[in-house]
This record gives sequence, C-alpha cells and structure tokens, in this order.
Amino acid sequence: MAQQLQQLPPGSPQSAGAVPRAKANSFSALLHRSPRLRLAGLLTAPALWLVLVYVAALAALLITAFWTVDTFTGEVSTEWTTENIVTVLTDPVYQRITLRTVWIAVAVTVIDMILALPIAFFIAKVAPARWEKLLVVAVLMPLWASYLVKAYAWRNVLSEGGLLEWLGAPIGLSSPGYGETAVIVTLSYIWLPYMILPIYAGFDRVPDSLLEASGDLGAKPLTTMRLVMLPLLVPSIIAGTIFTFSLSLGDYITAQIVGGTTQMLGTVVYANVGAANNLPFAAAVSLVPIAIIMFYLFIVRRTGALNSL
Amino acid sequence: MRLSRSAKVVLGVITGLVLLFIYTPLLLVVVNSFNADRTFGWPPKGFTLEWWGKAFDSPGVRDAVVSSVWVALVSTIVSLVLGTLLAISLQRYEFFGRDVISLLVILPIALPGVVTGIALNNMFTTILGVPLSLWTVVIAHATFCMVTVFNNAIARLRRTSAGLEEASSDLGAGVFTTFGLVTFPQLRSALLAGGLLAFALSFDEIIVTTFTIGAGETTLPIWILQNLFRPNQAPVVNVVAVVLIVVSIVPIWLAQRLSGDSVGVSEARVKADGR
Repeated sequence: MAQQLQQLPPGSPQSAGAVPRAKANSFSALLHRSPRLRLAGLLTAPALWLVLVYVAALAALLITAFWTVDTFTGEVSTEWTTENIVTVLTDPVYQRITLRTVWIAVAVTVIDMILALPIAFFIAKVAPARWEKLLVVAVLMPLWASYLVKAYAWRNVLSEGGLLEWLGAPIGLSSPGYGETAVIVTLSYIWLPYMILPIYAGFDRVPDSLLEASGDLGAKPLTTMRLVMLPLLVPSIIAGTIFTFSLSLGDYITAQIVGGTTQMLGTVVYANVGAANNLPFAAAVSLVPIAIIMFYLFIVRRTGALNSL
Repeated sequence: MRLSRSAKVVLGVITGLVLLFIYTPLLLVVVNSFNADRTFGWPPKGFTLEWWGKAFDSPGVRDAVVSSVWVALVSTIVSLVLGTLLAISLQRYEFFGRDVISLLVILPIALPGVVTGIALNNMFTTILGVPLSLWTVVIAHATFCMVTVFNNAIARLRRTSAGLEEASSDLGAGVFTTFGLVTFPQLRSALLAGGLLAFALSFDEIIVTTFTIGAGETTLPIWILQNLFRPNQAPVVNVVAVVLIVVSIVPIWLAQRLSGDSVGVSEARVKADGR
C-alpha cells in the first residue's frame, strides 16, 4: 500500500480519491513505530485460539472429572465429588484395564525396539550411501498412510482364511485371531517407524571414526556396540519409546478393529462419552494415561531424550 | 568397527524382512480392492473392478468425501493463518511468556489423541453447550494442524535473516508491504508444504474426529469405521482405504519435495496423534 502511494505524485487527481489507502498507510506507520503493537497484532489470534480452545479444554477436563452425572436426567451435575477418581483407581475392573493397557504399551515398545535396532543400524552404518536415503524414505512413507487403514489392513491379514493363515498353514501356524495378541502385533506395526527414525538419527550421529578407533584398539564389533555405541544411543532409544509407549497408551481404535473384546483405557473413555453418556467418568479415566505419560516423561527427562524428540 | 561379511548380510536380510513386514499389509488392502472374492480369502480368486465402481456410485461414500475435503480445506486455511502468525511472533520477537506459548503449540501433539478428543468433546458439550457438527471437527483439526504449519514456517524463518525485512522498512515500505513483498515470498514454499501436511493430517484423522463430530455427519475415516463390521460393505471399505492411502501419501510426497527438508519425526508425531 505504501508502495502504491509513493508512485502517485503528490497532489495528483488520483490521490484525492485515495482516502482509504491513506488511512491504511497511517495504520501501517503506527505499526511501524510500535513493535509492541505489531507483536500484539500477530500474536493475539493464535494465542487466544490455543488458550481458549486447548488450554481451556484441558482445564475443563480436569474439573469435569470431579463432577457427576444426575442419574435421573442424564445431565452433568456440577456437584463436587471424588467418586469417579476413586472408582477408576480402586475398582478391580478398571485396575485390570489399566494394567492391560500398560502391558500392551510396554510389549509394543519392546517389540519395536528389538525390530528397530538392527534396521536402523543397517541403514545408518552398513548400507551403501546411495541406498541410505532411499531406505529412509521407504521407512518413512508408510508412516504417513492413514492410521485407520493400517489397523484395517491388519484386520485383513489376521482374518479367517486370510494371508497369515495361508502363510502359516505349511508350518502349522494359525492366525491368533482378533484379541490382545492381535492388538499388540498391530500397534507394533503401526508405531514401528516412530521407533526406527529416532534410533536411525542416533546411529547417524555416532561418528564412524569413533567406531574405527574402538576397533583399532582391539574391541570386537559386539564390544564396540556395547561400550561405545549403546551409551551414545540411549537418548534416541528413549525418544523412540516415548512415541511408541504414549501412542499405544491412548489407543482405542486398534483395540476396536482387531481387539475382539479387548478393552483398553481409550475404549473405556470412548464408551463413556458415547453410549454410557458419563462424561465426568470418561474425564476421570482419561487422567490415567495423562498421569502415566507425565510420570514416564519425568523419569526419562534426565537422560536428555526430550531434546531428541 | 569391522563387521564380517556374514554379519552385514544378516543385517541386510533383517532390514529386508522388516520392510516386507511394513509394506505387506498395505499392499494387501490394495490387492483386495480388486479381489473378486467377497470374503477376501488368500490367495485372491480373481480380478474385478466391481468394488471401485460400487464405491464411486455409493452416495454415502460421496457425501463422506465431500465432508472430508471441506473439513480438511477449512482446517488447513485456519491453521495456515494461525501457524504463520505464531511462527513470525515467536521467531522475530522477544517477549514475556514466549516459552510458554511455544510449549502450548506442541501440547496437542504431546498428549494422546484420546485426551485431545475427550477434552474438546467435554468443552463443547458440557461446558459450552455447543452441538457437535462438522465445525467442531474443524476447530479440533485446526488446533493440531497448526503445529505442522508452525514447524515448517519457523524452520524457514530461522534460515532467513530479519535483516531483509529491516532493509525493506528502512527503504520506506510499510509493514504490510514488507510482509507481502519480502517475508511472504520467502515463506511461500514452506507454507505450501505445511499446508499440504495439514490437509493430509486432517483428511485421514480418526480419533479426535470420533469425539468431535456431530451425529449424522461422516468423514471418510468415520465412514470406514462405521462400515468396517458390515460384511456386505467390506469390498467398498477396501476401496475407500486405498483412496485414503493415496490421498495421504501424495501430499506428503509433494510437501517433502517442496520444503527441501525431510519431514521430521515430530511432525510425524502430529500425524500419529492426529491420528
């Protein structure tokens, strides 16, 4: 706008009709003089959005967990109670579901770690340089395919008369069917790239010269791996576990698609929002994964893993 | 460290097997969308295009596609505006509370989708009393899509100097002219990449959507979830799944070429939760 005004000779007939532009110019000049006003203009909308939409929603969730539902009207009543929290923590049903969810998340994390270490090592340190980029893309691509489709794909693989039965038949193996095992396999599949990538980045950062020095000083490959590489890799591995662990902990779609009757914390949350219509209880249940993740982050924060996210 | 030849071969074979494990299920969905057998037993019994035709003729699928595209477009536009404003304020200005804001942006991706979903559902229905609709989905999607735009924009701003903007204003350009002629052209490809990622994220998001969508509305992922357990719809579900794979991967591929950096893990994390 300022530029357009400069092109007009002062006092020319056009400039007489350019009042709105002149106004914009003075507004622009005001902004130019005051960085604080500029910042306010930039920051107000996104900051309000984050605070009003997200922070307010999280705060409301915490508060709602202490409310209850009127059994007659089905409406949320704002009477304060710790009943929901107490039920979630002490009822054996929810204790079992919490334990099962944590067990699934741990199993998924361990499986992914075991699968990711050799492939990340191969891509970073063994594969020829021209393959390296290609392999990284090959790992990265499926990560972007829809999460829902991946869970659905496993429903196909594990189905009766499906691919897995056909593959397993000659060696006498059958599909585990839909259940807890299927959930673990599917979640390991879905989150595997999230484990491979940070570990690959970790291997990539270990300088080759360090490994050569270790070899020159007489260490066998396994010793080098244990004493040189592993300590340097710990933050990357933990970064990977944060992904796989917390993503599995909050899952319920996979449990719904391949889990059969398997219930996870997410399943309970979803059931209480929809069918059971007990939002305060759902809110109380959702505090469990939040607390577990916070606790896990608190433990691992000293390893510096949070910086490799 | 000198690995023996056999160790290298073993590692190569493991890598190959893991890649096979990664791609087989996705390929199976693609193959099954052409499988003549309704129950999708393996091996396939014959080739057919019938399911693709059925999917194109299905009004349910068509409506879901329209809703998905609309939600993804509006969320992308909102997140482009908010993400860009946020990136410029955090990168070019120093102010009290800057660290808090930069932590707030990544919060929607740091917490599991189920938490974001129930938090927003609770706020809309219990606290505000707003009926759920496609608009509430847009608000939810824009909140986490903002992060991808923000990440792309701030990475680009870090690489470009604020000196150009100062020069522009020293030469007499107003604040808006400087943005239009200096800042925006530098950001353009980063914003396009961020926008494409945001679109792909929103298009196949399922978890937060299930908590924030109005009764009777369907996006494509919701349509899949509703029809997944109906045996007579299974063939069409396969086709829709293939469409989702393609629609989510093509924008990512474009975004990677545009942004020049590989799409990082933390952005992938958005995708995961976003889910």
